[in-house]
Amino acid sequence: MKVAILQFPGTNCEYDTVYAFKKLGAQTQIIWHKETALPTDIDLVVVAGGFSYGDYLRSGAIAKFSPIMKAVKEYANSGGKVLGICNGFQVLTEAGLLPGALKRNESLHFISRHHNLKVINNDNIFLEKLTLNDVVNIPIAHHDGNYFIDPVGLKDLYANNQVLLKYTDENGNESNPNGSIDSIAGICNKEKNVFGLMPHPERAMELILGSDDGVKMLEGFLSA
Amino acid sequence: MTAIVNISLKNGVLDSQGKAVHHALDSLHFEGIKDVRVGKQIILKIDNDDHDKVRADVTQMCEDLLANTVIEDYDIELIK
Repeated sequence: MKVAILQFPGTNCEYDTVYAFKKLGAQTQIIWHKETALPTDIDLVVVAGGFSYGDYLRSGAIAKFSPIMKAVKEYANSGGKVLGICNGFQVLTEAGLLPGALKRNESLHFISRHHNLKVINNDNIFLEKLTLNDVVNIPIAHHDGNYFIDPVGLKDLYANNQVLLKYTDENGNESNPNGSIDSIAGICNKEKNVFGLMPHPERAMELILGSDDGVKMLEGFLSA
Repeated sequence: MTAIVNISLKNGVLDSQGKAVHHALDSLHFEGIKDVRVGKQIILKIDNDDHDKVRADVTQMCEDLLANTVIEDYDIELIK
């Protein structure tokens, strides 16, 4: 298993992501955004979290034009697996690889804390190690995590089992930290090879640091 | 020619910043404010006086980069 992890100017979760996938036994390679091609032997591309281009204009708006993104689009369109975490999720929506958009948090505050998430769909490689309605504890850290999609798009997401995770309390009751529509925390595309979520599973790999629930999320990718 | 692009959240998309500003204006006792929307303005100086060409170019810029049309509307004003 080989994972390519994208690095833009302002990305700051690439080394956490390396740590997480190495812990799971995968090989990792950080790819600078100026590269025009992905390594040919990879199994997954991760668009890591952070503040690409300082979030100028909109989060992820400038990063979508980085040279490597053309290769990522081709990789995704040919069935390659892509995971966007936090700013990576924002980049993938801006790039049109995932539907919807991430707006400023409803409270206008940057939110950084652990949050519970409920598994809404697991018929995809990302969450197949988890059971439906499982509640996992994963950190969130974002200013623009307020997921929005129009009513038609939302209906499509539900119809195709594309809603992956929702923000909840520890009992699995919806609890919305940022104003996201229907408390949505993570989604995938229709083909179920492109995934995006605002929470940080790569920061939940060690019990001593608060939670290791990220392990069973990310190891889904290793069973491929 | 100067192109002024005004970008705001679409009607129906909750504008949290607008709401916060509205609330602040209320607490300053400004009366009669029905709604507040916060947007952004991008001013482009363009070395071209062909009105139609500039409008077409700036529209493309808005679609590709300046606005996210999933959540935002844009409006272009051209000044000679």
